[in-house]
Amino acid sequence: MKPSRLSAFGSKVARLERRSFIKQSLSLGALSLLSGCTLKDDDAVDRLLSAMSRFNDKMQAALFDPTKLAPTYSEADLTTPFPFNAYYEEKDVPFVDGESYRLQLSGLIADKRPWCLEELRALPQSSQITRLVCVEGWSAIGKWRGVAFRHFLERIGADLTARYVGFRCADKYYSSIDMPSALHPQTLLALDFTDAKYGYPLRLRIPTKLGFKNPKFIHEIFVTNDYPGGYWEDKGYNWFSGS
Amino acid sequence: MADAAGAEKPQTIHPLFIRVTHWVNAFAIFVMVLSGWRIYNASPLFGFEFPPGFTLGGWLAGALAWHFAAMWLLALNGMAYLAYGIVSGHFRRDFFPISFKRALNDVVLAGRGRLDHAPGRYNAAQRLLYVGVILAVIVAIFSGLAIWKPVQLQGLTALMGGYDVARLVHFFAMAAIVAFLVVHIALAVGVKGVLAPMFTGRAEAPR
Ligand code: HEM
Repeated sequence: MKPSRLSAFGSKVARLERRSFIKQSLSLGALSLLSGCTLKDDDAVDRLLSAMSRFNDKMQAALFDPTKLAPTYSEADLTTPFPFNAYYEEKDVPFVDGESYRLQLSGLIADKRPWCLEELRALPQSSQITRLVCVEGWSAIGKWRGVAFRHFLERIGADLTARYVGFRCADKYYSSIDMPSALHPQTLLALDFTDAKYGYPLRLRIPTKLGFKNPKFIHEIFVTNDYPGGYWEDKGYNWFSGS
Repeated sequence: MADAAGAEKPQTIHPLFIRVTHWVNAFAIFVMVLSGWRIYNASPLFGFEFPPGFTLGGWLAGALAWHFAAMWLLALNGMAYLAYGIVSGHFRRDFFPISFKRALNDVVLAGRGRLDHAPGRYNAAQRLLYVGVILAVIVAIFSGLAIWKPVQLQGLTALMGGYDVARLVHFFAMAAIVAFLVVHIALAVGVKGVLAPMFTGRAEAPR
């Protein structure tokens, strides 16, 4: 996943994560400065902000054009080295054994048989050079190669009318995306990527969403109509987070 | 609204619509700027960060929540203000013509303490500043859209010079707004008798 580079600031991230979104968005001297009083009624503001975030999910879904392609770049534009980014530090990346690896499938999927890497590699592969935009504001251009996610979802008999596709990862990260974005022609189940160490053996590359919606080290994919949330999403980041 | 301009009645110099949209805008701008500073701190463009105590949101996700909530207020209120200003003739009457020369002249006069602030009339320096800040807010909104949706609104992002340049444009639009505010608030508080009418609409006393 490409969550925020918060992790790069070790102790800061630990401190941030301990606090809840409610407290965080309101523990602001700034607002009391603004209104001239100390806001004691934290919940009302927090509820309003969450409601606006859900409203923004809807607006972004409406704005999403399933045929609009993200701009692509040339090899010369690649960002090297591609920045590492996760909710933990680089030394803590999980080790996944490619030999015994099996991608698990669950939820609204007709054929839930697990997949090994050779089988995934036997599917038609395509590659892209696109810009990954982090929620923090920075961006990097990378190259990803793998299976068109739409092709894979059709192949396993996923219910394409379901609302969500969710991901569970070997690094305990998890996230979910809306079905229209999952079916976008550039959404890729990537097997090869510039930052090969970070995400082996399988990650999602979805250039129509922010970096943290690109889970790495995927070990399970599920299809559901029940909102699955996500690691950062549950902490208060906007769920849709489209680009 | 007491705008039947009788000689005995105090004159309405700021219509209710302008007053309401002005203060809603002021609130929205403060939220956008203070949450924007926190967002900036997550990935600073330059070699400095904003003091966290002067930011809104507590952390990145909180700041983004504020930013993406207040942006609707800013945009909708701004559109209402622009529509009113154009349709009512307020902009044509009170902001134009714009003259850099006269604006400069007014600044010099103000420096000598000899610039009159007639209630209900903006001097040339004010006109320039107001039109300038309105343009800066528009640039901030469009560059913001360009970095929010570099795929869906890629035409706009390209127009802004690409994602990275659009970030800079967004930053400098904020800087221009903040620079305006320093002057604007100092004058609103410092010049006698201009602040109250922005709430009540009425000029306090005939000069
Ligand atoms: C606490 C903050 C603010 C205060 C105290 C304040 C005060 C005032 C006052 C007193 C006036 C009337 C000036 C006069 O009659 O000569 C005015 C007008 C104006 N202010 Fe502000 N203001 C604030 C924030 C803002 C912000 C954030 C913006 C824009 C980014 C802004 C833009 C304007 C504009 C464009 C006008 C002219 C309105 C019109 O006639 O259409 N102000 N402000």
